[in-house]
Amino acid sequence: MRRVEATDALPVQLVGDQPTSENRTGDWRSQRPVIDAARCTGCLICWKYCPEACVTRTDKVPVILMDYCKGCAICAAECPRDCVAMQPEEAA
Amino acid sequence: MLEIRFHGRGGQGTVVAAKIIAEAVLNSGRGQCLAIPEFGVERRGAPVLAYARISEKPIRVRSRIYEPDAVVLLDPAFAASPAVTAGLKPDGLVIVNSELPRETLAARWPGRRVIAVPARRIALTHGLGTPASPLVNTAICGALCAILSLADWPALEQAVREAVPAAVERNLAATREAFEVFREAARAAR
Amino acid sequence: MKKVLMGNHAAALGAALARVDVAAAYPITPQTQSVELLAELAAKGDFKGRFVLADSEHSAMSILLGAASVGARTFTSTSSHGLAYMHELLHWVAGARLPVVMVEVNRALAAPWNLWTDQTDSLSQRDTGWMQFYCATSQEVLDTVLQAYRVAERVRLPAMVVLDGFTLSHTYEPVDVPSQAAADAFLPPYQPPDILDPARPISLGGLTMPKEYFRLRRRIDHDMRRALGEIAAAGRDFQTQFGRGCGLVEDYRCEDAATILVTAGAVGSTAQEAVDSLRAEGLRAGCLRLRVFRPFPTQALRACLPPRARLAVVDRSYSPGASGIFFQEIKAALYPSRREIAGYVAGLGGGDITVEFLRDIWRDADAGRAVADDPAWVEDAR
Repeated sequence: MRRVEATDALPVQLVGDQPTSENRTGDWRSQRPVIDAARCTGCLICWKYCPEACVTRTDKVPVILMDYCKGCAICAAECPRDCVAMQPEEAA
Repeated sequence: MLEIRFHGRGGQGTVVAAKIIAEAVLNSGRGQCLAIPEFGVERRGAPVLAYARISEKPIRVRSRIYEPDAVVLLDPAFAASPAVTAGLKPDGLVIVNSELPRETLAARWPGRRVIAVPARRIALTHGLGTPASPLVNTAICGALCAILSLADWPALEQAVREAVPAAVERNLAATREAFEVFREAARAAR
Repeated sequence: MKKVLMGNHAAALGAALARVDVAAAYPITPQTQSVELLAELAAKGDFKGRFVLADSEHSAMSILLGAASVGARTFTSTSSHGLAYMHELLHWVAGARLPVVMVEVNRALAAPWNLWTDQTDSLSQRDTGWMQFYCATSQEVLDTVLQAYRVAERVRLPAMVVLDGFTLSHTYEPVDVPSQAAADAFLPPYQPPDILDPARPISLGGLTMPKEYFRLRRRIDHDMRRALGEIAAAGRDFQTQFGRGCGLVEDYRCEDAATILVTAGAVGSTAQEAVDSLRAEGLRAGCLRLRVFRPFPTQALRACLPPRARLAVVDRSYSPGASGIFFQEIKAALYPSRREIAGYVAGLGGGDITVEFLRDIWRDADAGRAVADDPAWVEDAR
């Protein structure tokens, strides 16, 4: 057992020297969403529901930023056309 | 220590009356006053209470007032209610907004010192409120300051200017009229 | 200059004099006028900070969490259910070491609905890492807001300035309002440390492992204890500059007292009147008011209690299944002790606590009628 004494040497706050955009949560992913561009209508339901805000609005078919996508599959569950497939990372 | 309880109705400026007294006492340099509203949800027309606790020394007691030295009835309709004299000290004073003759009022509170202030008439003379709902609080304050020697005119005038949100000059005129009537009455009584 | 103010207005003027950068609030009875006055001052240009009418108390404190993180001096006020709704954010703000100052107007919690004073709302936030000051007068409310900023910014912890609903919040009384220059002389501008700034990106509050988390919590406790000295110093400096001030506790006629009434908030003011009237009858009465509850002023409390004096702790709060909250804390602070400490739960939900009622409680405790571990629930005979 060790006593943790009260001293001014203890940290008040932990300050990360990088912005949180450097926290690339994409490497948590075990499955990646793949959009079937032929069937996608561009309704942007996936953009609206993505909790990581990593679906970006493009011309028609959205692009998912894989640096941040955690593979949660909410987009696949919400897609009204069922055109988002979750594929194992190793297969991709 | 002098303790006053105000009986009025929501929208009549009962709490403002207590606040005017607090300002007037402070301005007069004669001590301090806490103006305490009865705590609750306020509704227009419903009976409301407010209290003023006045002392030459700093006031430490922060409870409500249960045994007032004076009760002030802004609405004469309260005269029928026994609650208005509840706890009033034996030699306590009843100050009522009324134009009824002294004998009629004295009969209503036997053994009490009763002073009638024609606050409704004064308020309407100065265009404060309507006959159905006259704004009597400033006239009452004028009378009260004179009757109980709480403040001189400059102190009271400043208090009304600070506490009244609208129709300041008419409110001042009503305050002044009541103040002078009762200052003369107090002088005559001496 | 002396002005006749209600406690809520004294609170808002304190914030304006502190030159708050961002105030965010949501109105709730009986705190409403503190928000209204700040909004009015902002509209007239007399309050130079940004006033944000939030859509809830949870949002209000979230706004301040963000504003304080970019270096703003921040203010809010709330009461009862509003404070309960903020609870999650209170932990966030304290953990993030942000010196937010909040005015908290005591009001009982439902069910059933009740509007009146009761300290259970603020005392329920005991463990959030906020300092807590309990005021006895509206003057003390204004003065304590200024002092709270100074202490909070030095120890990097938030502070709650607590006042009794209606009894202080709505009562008009003369309050000496300092000039802006005098307030500035007492309270220097906020010098924020690590702030969020797009030009120099950093991250705050990220996932932290147990070992580091433990040390961060140890540091909060260290700084909270250090605040005892800072609060006392701020009180002394305030006294020097303004001729009035208050320390951690306020003791009154305790030196030779046989039995001491212990209170917090506006009841502490009424208690002095009760003590004087008991003394006039030759009884050895005293009273003590805890102005600061967090950090708990253990040494200051011990220092002003005669060795054998009985204590009668009057709580306008309780923890179901235990007792009044000050009662528990005081017993813990004085342990071990052979002193008799009696607990009285009184005035919950706004029951009036009068001079006569306090005299009755004092007599009961002085006669040794209280049972040691079992607080008495008492009401005014009136």
